[in-house]
Amino acid sequence: MHQNTVAEIAAALRAGEVSSRELTEQLLARIEQLDPQINSLITITAEQARNAADAADARLRSGDGGPLTGVPLIHKDIFCTDGVRTTCGSRMLEPFQAPYDATVVQRMAGAGAVMLGKANMDEFAMGSSNESSYFGPVRNPWDLDAVPGGSSGGSAAAVAARLAPAATGTDTGGSIRQPAALSGICGLKPTYGRVSRYGMVAFASSLDQAGPFARTAEDLAILLGAMAGVDGRDSTSVDHVVPDYCEGLNRSIRGLRVGVPAEFFGEGLDTDVRSRVEAALKTLEGEGAELVEINLPNMELALPAYYVIAPAEASSNLARFDGVRYGHRCSEPQSLEDLYKRSRAEGFGDEVKRRILIGTYALSAGYYDAYYRKAQQVRRLVADDFRKALEKVDVLAGPTSPTPAFDIGERADDPVSMYLSDIYTLGVNLAGLPGLSVPAGFSRGRPVGLQLIGGYFDEARLLNVAHKYQQVTDWHKQVPEGFE
Amino acid sequence: MKWETVIGLEIHAQLSTRTKIFSGAPTAYGAEPNTQACPVDLGLPGVLPVLNREAVRMAVKFGLAVGGQVTSRSSFARKNYFYPDLPKGYQISQYDEPIVEGGHLDIDLEDGSTKRIGITRAHLEEDAGKSLHEDFHGMTGVDLNRAGTPLMEIVSEPDLRSPQEAAAYMRKLHALVRYLEICDGNMQEGSFRCDANVSVRPVGQTEFGTRAELKNLNSFRFVERALEYEVERQIDLLESGGEVVQETRLYDVDRGVTRSMRTKEEANDYRYFPDPDLLPVEVDEALIADVRETLPELPDEKRRRFEQEYGLPAYDAGVLTATREMADYFEQAVSESGGFAKRTANLLMSELLAYLNKDGLEITECPVTPQMLGTLVARVEDETLSSRGAKDVFEAMWAGEGDPDTVIESKGLKQVTDTSAIEALVDEALANNPQQLEQYRAGKEKLFGFFVGQVMKASGGKANPQQVNELLKKKLGSSS
Repeated sequence: MHQNTVAEIAAALRAGEVSSRELTEQLLARIEQLDPQINSLITITAEQARNAADAADARLRSGDGGPLTGVPLIHKDIFCTDGVRTTCGSRMLEPFQAPYDATVVQRMAGAGAVMLGKANMDEFAMGSSNESSYFGPVRNPWDLDAVPGGSSGGSAAAVAARLAPAATGTDTGGSIRQPAALSGICGLKPTYGRVSRYGMVAFASSLDQAGPFARTAEDLAILLGAMAGVDGRDSTSVDHVVPDYCEGLNRSIRGLRVGVPAEFFGEGLDTDVRSRVEAALKTLEGEGAELVEINLPNMELALPAYYVIAPAEASSNLARFDGVRYGHRCSEPQSLEDLYKRSRAEGFGDEVKRRILIGTYALSAGYYDAYYRKAQQVRRLVADDFRKALEKVDVLAGPTSPTPAFDIGERADDPVSMYLSDIYTLGVNLAGLPGLSVPAGFSRGRPVGLQLIGGYFDEARLLNVAHKYQQVTDWHKQVPEGFE
Repeated sequence: MKWETVIGLEIHAQLSTRTKIFSGAPTAYGAEPNTQACPVDLGLPGVLPVLNREAVRMAVKFGLAVGGQVTSRSSFARKNYFYPDLPKGYQISQYDEPIVEGGHLDIDLEDGSTKRIGITRAHLEEDAGKSLHEDFHGMTGVDLNRAGTPLMEIVSEPDLRSPQEAAAYMRKLHALVRYLEICDGNMQEGSFRCDANVSVRPVGQTEFGTRAELKNLNSFRFVERALEYEVERQIDLLESGGEVVQETRLYDVDRGVTRSMRTKEEANDYRYFPDPDLLPVEVDEALIADVRETLPELPDEKRRRFEQEYGLPAYDAGVLTATREMADYFEQAVSESGGFAKRTANLLMSELLAYLNKDGLEITECPVTPQMLGTLVARVEDETLSSRGAKDVFEAMWAGEGDPDTVIESKGLKQVTDTSAIEALVDEALANNPQQLEQYRAGKEKLFGFFVGQVMKASGGKANPQQVNELLKKKLGSSS
């Protein structure tokens, strides 16, 4: 059943064709057999999974199951899990166990989903290749020499490798959409505030948003329905009605106005990616959508603004990792300063340190106006561009990432080229809009993703467009060699 | 050269909310270390702050009471610095958008005039935990029970011109927050703390001198002493050709001096920026109106009313309205006495305050209830008791011997008002002291008091002093 989607598995579970326990055992065996090739998981929670599966089976037998009851999934290791360690891909939190569940974890468990394990990720979600993880890089199932994207690289690779039908991720600048694109699956970053951030280790609080990975838009709809909703423990979660995201999936997209931002097709876009995305746009046109050329004039400012705001917030968010209360603590500290310096120097990797330094600098007295304040002003301009564009069209469409997956090690020593991997995604985070990546073909055997961007809380429309696209394409049905 | 002192105070009042400002953990004082800190207070990964609306209401209440502007939109920022008792590595505090802007407080000066002290702002913030440096063999223990306790920081304008004015302002503010029931004012437990900015300048100069910030002024007495020391230190420094350095200084309570903690150059760069985890605080007209409804009579209003309604001198009205509990006690006692305000005030201020002071008790812990005091006043007014007897009854009540009537009965303190009985005592006193009588008649009129004393003594203090006076006058006069 590992090739089946969440919707198919749910139907089979409810029909009694398979039990959650059987499915869980199958996938645990598959993880044991295949994950060593891709290193997508940091922690495997076999025991908890079996217990949860048995409980789900009991619920299913009593007729009390919902669309996720008994469905196995993997959580990104950024979500705190009561009783299971949460490392955030860092040595700093290698032994850390939270005494609480993140709201996302709690809601998924409440819906009856079965957690198989916790996915590898870039350290503290900082990265676009999953190479900054303390637990080693994740490999792309489509090409083991390639990165799966990041920061939610483990989640994306696990779903692509059919180790689980679904996974959770977080997206601060593209960390769901970019790995979804590079790993050939679907990923959705909801509107900021759609999903609670409680219990999700913070990277950049004003940008972070949790969302689902799966192989189809229909599955994303089911998963988002379970994750979304206001949470009293997160003041920035929004009390906005959670619709039935599955309801409108099959709606015709005839007459849908699809904006194509010229800025997403400029310099730096790989020619193969361009042609795949253009083909995808043609497909949408074939379904009756109308393509409209649109401009996002300030888009080139999104990357520099993002790389001030995100590190600034991170420098403050990561101050709590000081070796005093939990997490990594250096051996035999000689003084308070020594405790701080060595615990943090040993606990954090290079990319995290780089961003803490950038962020600290950007917030420093005398530089705040030139960097942080300016970046916030730019952020407003970028958001205004999107707002104006979305007044003219229903959704925006373009490439998710400028290139297909690159080789492991290829960009590891060049942070700027790494940052460019998110050039089409991070503006969406600055604006707080929802964005979705759907498989749109391959370039030399590596997947290409089509990104769809919608208005605030218009996830249902993105899911509808992606679903219609998947009805007439079969990119998502292709299976990486060795993971059949 | 003549110097002028310029002082501004920053007062941290701990708000009496049941739970912390950003979490549901209790704020009660004195629990075992780290038992009142939840994951949010501990700064565990992934947890988020949620603003306690009660803290907002309290700040609004304060803003209204001092005539300040309650801002319709304020916000929280992060103040970033590393310290072991600061779990998140930053303190959440209001920075450039405080909830209260402007306001004022009137203080009484020694010459009887009042002075208006400006309040710059009041803002909400969270407290840090406590570092415990003893008992850990060279290590430091951290107690995070206090982390996240709501504080309101009240910043005054640099309007205070002496340590005495500073202390008067602090007392006034202390009374106010307790009247408003937004802070218990307990200074031992750190519920009301004060830092001071102080500088001196030549009289007539308009620009301020370089200031020092004094920390740890946690009693009215320390504020005055520390400021006196610091003012003198700065004047000495300037007069000997030196310069005041902008720095933070700590008041050493034991030695009575201030010493440098850190200079401006060593100060932290707090890298303030808006806290992205919290939405701006919106205060609408409806909330303001709602909070206004809950405002009690404020100290200044109450004091004016006491002067008018009870005909009390300004001084008495000031003492009796110093705390809300005192004022309530007084009003209950007056009512019980049948409206004899002045005598109630006298007994309260002479006897009751002295006893409270002696035993170190608060008015709320007083063993003599307002009902008992009021009855006592009534017994003096209806001449059952003499003033002297009232003191004895009060002492007995304090010792727990019961209400006034019980004590009067058991101690036989009922005043003698029977004229013939007193007359007999007067006659007896005159007869027993012929020598003094002779001297008196010879013009030594001071001896009148001697005879009063003799009569009172003979009556066991129970004779009505007024009647004694009248009868003595009559007898002494008629014989001359």
